[in-house]
Formats: sequence, C-alpha cells, structure tokens
Amino acid sequence: MVGGTTILPLELSGVIARVRGKQLLGPIDLTIGATGLTVVMGPNGAGKTTLLRVMHGLRRISGGTVNWAVEDGAARRKQAFVFQSPIMMRRRVIDSIAFPLILHGMDRKSAKIRAEDWAIRVGLGHVLQDWAPMISGGEKQKLAVARALISAPEILFLDEPCANLDGRSTREIEAVLKQAEHAGTRIVMATHNLGQARRLASDVIFVHGGKILEITPADRFFNEAKTPQAKAFVQGDIVE
Amino acid sequence: MDSISTGLMEAFRLILTLDSDLVEIVLLSLQVTVTAVAIASLIGLPLGAWLVVNRFRFRRLTISVLNALMGLPPVVVGLFVYLMLSRSGPFGVLGLLFTPTAMIIAQVIIVMPLIASISHQTIRDLWAEYHDLLISLNASHAQRIKVLLWDGRRALITAVLAGFGRAIGEVGAIMIVGGNIDHATRVLTTSIALETSKGNFAFAMGLGIILITVAIAVNLAIHTISKTERASTW
Amino acid sequence: MKLPFNFWHATVAALFIATSAQAAEIKVAVTTSFYNSGLSDLLLPVIKDDLDLDVQLIVVGTGQALRLGKAGDVDAILVHSRKAEDTFLAGGFGTHRRKIMYNDFVFIGPVSDPAVLAKASSASDAMQRIKATASSFASRGDDSGTYKKELSLWVAAGVAADDLSTNWYHAAGAGMGATLNVASGMNAYVLSDRASWLNFGNKGDLELLYAGDPTLFNQYAYIPVNPELHPHVKTDLALALETWLVGPKAEELIANYRINGELLFTFNAVRN
Repeated sequence: MVGGTTILPLELSGVIARVRGKQLLGPIDLTIGATGLTVVMGPNGAGKTTLLRVMHGLRRISGGTVNWAVEDGAARRKQAFVFQSPIMMRRRVIDSIAFPLILHGMDRKSAKIRAEDWAIRVGLGHVLQDWAPMISGGEKQKLAVARALISAPEILFLDEPCANLDGRSTREIEAVLKQAEHAGTRIVMATHNLGQARRLASDVIFVHGGKILEITPADRFFNEAKTPQAKAFVQGDIVE
Repeated sequence: MDSISTGLMEAFRLILTLDSDLVEIVLLSLQVTVTAVAIASLIGLPLGAWLVVNRFRFRRLTISVLNALMGLPPVVVGLFVYLMLSRSGPFGVLGLLFTPTAMIIAQVIIVMPLIASISHQTIRDLWAEYHDLLISLNASHAQRIKVLLWDGRRALITAVLAGFGRAIGEVGAIMIVGGNIDHATRVLTTSIALETSKGNFAFAMGLGIILITVAIAVNLAIHTISKTERASTW
Repeated sequence: MKLPFNFWHATVAALFIATSAQAAEIKVAVTTSFYNSGLSDLLLPVIKDDLDLDVQLIVVGTGQALRLGKAGDVDAILVHSRKAEDTFLAGGFGTHRRKIMYNDFVFIGPVSDPAVLAKASSASDAMQRIKATASSFASRGDDSGTYKKELSLWVAAGVAADDLSTNWYHAAGAGMGATLNVASGMNAYVLSDRASWLNFGNKGDLELLYAGDPTLFNQYAYIPVNPELHPHVKTDLALALETWLVGPKAEELIANYRINGELLFTFNAVRN
C-alpha cells in the first residue's frame, strides 16, 4: 500500500480473552496475511465478535500476544472497524463520513470533498445533508462502511455488517467491499450468513466455543470441511 | 395576600416606567450571573466530559464529591469566599471584596459542580453510544472530550440553564461577598431580601416577579436559538 | 450558546463605561437601623455633589460592622454601641471615635397591649411588664447594637437571662426589619430604633407604645479604620467624609429629616 511499510501480517499467538474469570476465547493462534477477504464463521455465541475486537485491539486480552508488523500505535491508524449496529453520530451524513479525516488532521474543506465522493460511491448521494441518526438502517450501515474506508485503512474489520438488512442494501454493501478488496484493502468479516460467505470469502475461519476449529481456503471449507461441527454448519444444521 | 396582587401591580409599574435603578439592578444581575455561568461552564462542561472518558483511581470519589457539592449551602460558599477575599485573608491584597468580581467568584463555586455533574450524566450516555467508534478511530482523550461536548451540545444546554437558574436566584453568598451596595453590588435577589427586611412586601414581590420574568426570558431565548438550529439540521 | 457571550460583552462594556466615569469610592459599614431610616438616601447624593465621593454602604449589624473594620474590609464604620466601640478603639482598630447624632429606641407592640406598656413609667418598668405578663417578645438575637441595648435593659430591669423563657421570648437572630416582620407576624412586643419602625412597611396590628426614657437614647458614632493596621484604607477620604458629616450642611439635613412629620435624629456632633 501507500508508503511501502505494511502493518500486516497480524499474528496472534496463545491469545486468551476472559470476562470475570470466564474464558470467552482462546487459546488462539492465527496469522492474517497481506491479501484476501477472510470470513469468520460460526454459530451465535461462538466468539466471532470477541475475536474481531481482539484482533483490532478494541478488546484487551487476558493472555498471549497480538502483534502487527509495525508498532501498535502506527498499526492503529491503518485499521478500521464496522460494528454490527452502526454507531451514528449526531451529525449530518456528510459530516459523519468526513469525521475520521478531520479527526486525523485533514482540513474541513478537503475532508468534505472526499466524504461527498465516498457518499456517492456507497449510494448515499441523495441524503448528504440529512441527519445521520434519521436515515434508514441500510443507509446507516453504508455510512459506517464509507466512514471506515475513507481513511484508506490497510485492514478493515466488519462485524456482521449485513445482519438485519434487506437484500438490496446487502448487495450494495457487498459490492463496495469487493471493490475495496480489489483496491488492496485486507478485509476480515464476521458473518453467519452462509450465502454471503460463499459470495465473498477467499478463506474462512470457523470459530466454535471460543476456539478456532478450521482455517481454510473458502472453496475447501464449503466442499470438504474437516470437523463435524463445521460440516454440520455448512449443511445448515443447528450447531450448539 | 394583598401583597401578591399589589406586587404584580408594582412589577408592572417598575417595568412600564423602566425605572433606571431597576434597569441597573437587572443588568448587574445578568452581568454577574451570565459571567459566572460562562466561567463555570468553561470549567464544568469539560470536567464532566473528562470524568467520563478517563479512568483513574479516585474517579468515583471525585464524582461523589461533585454530586455532594451540588448541595453546598450558598451561605457557606459566601463565608468561605469572604474569608479568602477579606483584607485579612490570603487574597486580601487584591481588594476584591464587595465588588461584582467577588460575587462572580462565589457563584462560580456554587454553580460549577452543578454544571459538571449534570453534564457528566449527559455525556456518560453519549459516551456509551460513541465509545466503540471513537476508540476504533484512535481518538485521543482531548479529541473524545471535544467530540462528546460538541455532539452533546443540545443536551448540555440543560446543564448550563440549570446553572443559570441556581445562580440568578442565589442570595446568601452574594449578599455576604457583595455587600448589597447600592449602585455597586446590588442585584435583584439582594434587593428582594432588603425590601423584605424593610417590610416592603409589595415592592419585594414586584422585584421577585421581575426576577422570574428575567429567568424565563433567558431560558426561552436559549431554547429558541437551539431549536431554530435544530429545525434547519434535523 | 453563542448569544449569551455576545450579550455578555455588550452588557459588560456598557457597565464598564458606566463605572469608569465614576468618582472616588469609599466603603463604610453602617448599621441596619441607620440605613433603614432612609437618611442615607438623603445624605449620599449631597455628599456626592459636595465631595465627588461615592459612599458605598455595607449594611450589617454593629457586630459585623466592627469585624469588617477590624479586617480592614471597609474604610470607616458608623455604629451605635458604646461598649463595643470602646473595645474596638482599645484594640487599635480605629483612629478615633466621633459622635454624629442620636435617635432613640422605642417599644413596639400589639394594639391590644396585653402588658399595658402604654402606662409604663420607664424603660425598666416596660421590660418588667412584658416579663410579668409573659407577653410575646421578639428579640434581634444577633450581634447588633440594638440587641446589646435590649440585653442591658433586661439587666437594668432586674430580669435575669434565665428568666427569658422561650415560651414568650423569641430570638429572631436577624436584622431589625426581619425582627419587625417576626413581631408583626406573632403580634409580639419588640424593641426597635425609631427610624426603622417609622420606615417599616408591614406594621400590621403593631403600634408604638412607649418611648422617651433617656436610657433609650441611641448614639451613632463614626470611626475611621486605622491605616497603620491596614495601609490600603482610604484615610484621606474617610476624614473628608467625617468633616462633612459633622459640618453645617449635614446638621441641617439631619435636623430636618422627618418621616410622617416625626423627627428622627438629633444632631450632636461637636465641631472643632
């Protein structure tokens, strides 16, 4: 990417996350390489969200190490996160998208020009001046994606970005994500939507009970999953 | 009971004739209170936000103390400021006792904990909403405070107005440190206390009605401004 | 949020311009009884014209006035409690004491007059009548000259402090006006200076029942604060004010000050 130095790969070794003594995740050993669109799959409560937050650094770990190729501070500035329920600031759409740029020192005018460009790219051109908390659910998630991508992150984490969205919004967001992937953004996305995973994933991490059961290229995961839990999950059975 | 109706008449008379002493008193009341509330807001609003985004060892204690200070009796504040500003006190050389500045200092102390405490509660809710976003964007503590204060500005007006309400109606502290000097430190509340002590209930009542009118006018003005802004952006 | 700031600037600017053109200032702590008489409203504008001097009055009880003088928070005091004044001077807090004028204390009570004060022969007799009938009595109960006077009258009447039962003796712990309000509300007897009583607006069922005993005279004295203890006090202005207060113009104004036709003060300053 720009500048040559890359924050990837991201390496997790022996990572454990606990809440009040109860272990939610781990131990996890995992490497996220420089390219691809990785989908984190698994049943509800498997630890997908926790894993994403641990990778990003939003969540403190109770044991093990999370290492970027560069020091943490530098890595922080080159990653972005899209949450399951999008966080809408009490601002206009255009100001919300421009927010990360202004926060990191860009002047207001240039930031707004870039924000307008991104708004149009994700299909929010018609609501630029609307109050962000007042737009529809699909529009909010598009705003969140645009806000995450505007600062050109090297890696983008998304936590179930299309849960609760209608088909059209889902398709539009997936298109934006594919574009970003082609442009070189590393994407790690949690979902339990099998169809979405098939459409997007280059490889799959299957999480169950706080542990990683499989890390495989996507086609192999869907056709010849190794563990019985993953097999059952791919077939659409209920996995507990 | 008669004093209430004659008080209303007295209030109308004072307003209609634009009594020059009254105008001076009202302006001084506003000058002292608005200045005090402005200073208290400049300290209290960021403090409220700072207490939300920072985790430190005595955070809970600080918040409890702040909440307790909301109930501080103004007379105690007045006495404290008097002892500080008296010629025999540590800041006596400044010669601030019995000046509007002394009244402003007392009111800042009375009102600041209230503004900080209410803004802390308001900001805490907004922080719960913004937390993940601001952390994921790697915002510094100063940036977090700035964003929370700016995006929470409409709710924070309530905190500022609460401070204004407490300050404009305060009499105990400013009586002690201001001295209620005619044409120098006499404000609406101290005038009311004085007229009551002289048994001029109707006149005191009239001043009271004017005080309430001024307070309502300021509240309405601020709400109108913030609503006009909302209509264009919402 | 923006309007108050602009508004504040405008207000402050207006007030600043207004105050910057003003004359020299002096702070004088005076007793509530003096202020409530309304005499200051008459004197201050004339002083301003004659001396180009703004006299800022801090209106408090005698005790607090003396404390403000001790602390150097005012330039001079005008009070009426001889003993306390002497202690103040003995402590070196004032330069000297100058008699200005006197008024008198009066007994106020309900029109029904259960203690028959109207027939009292002296101040002591009046006090004894109140005590004997256990009629409600409102006392200042603060550190004022009037309260000190009241206590000395009880002593002179042979009534011990223990005999002041709370059943009928009510210490308001407040200024003259507030105490008159208490008396008015409770239909109680009360000792007041004449000026405060005449200017009091909430008389209700109260009236003046006894006055005239020489022990009820109430001497006002002016004491400049000692500049050796407090170099910042404006001694020059304090002395200029004193000279004016004992001068012929003050004498004329004080001697002619009446409320409802009644004379309030007797000028008795001695000119050098």
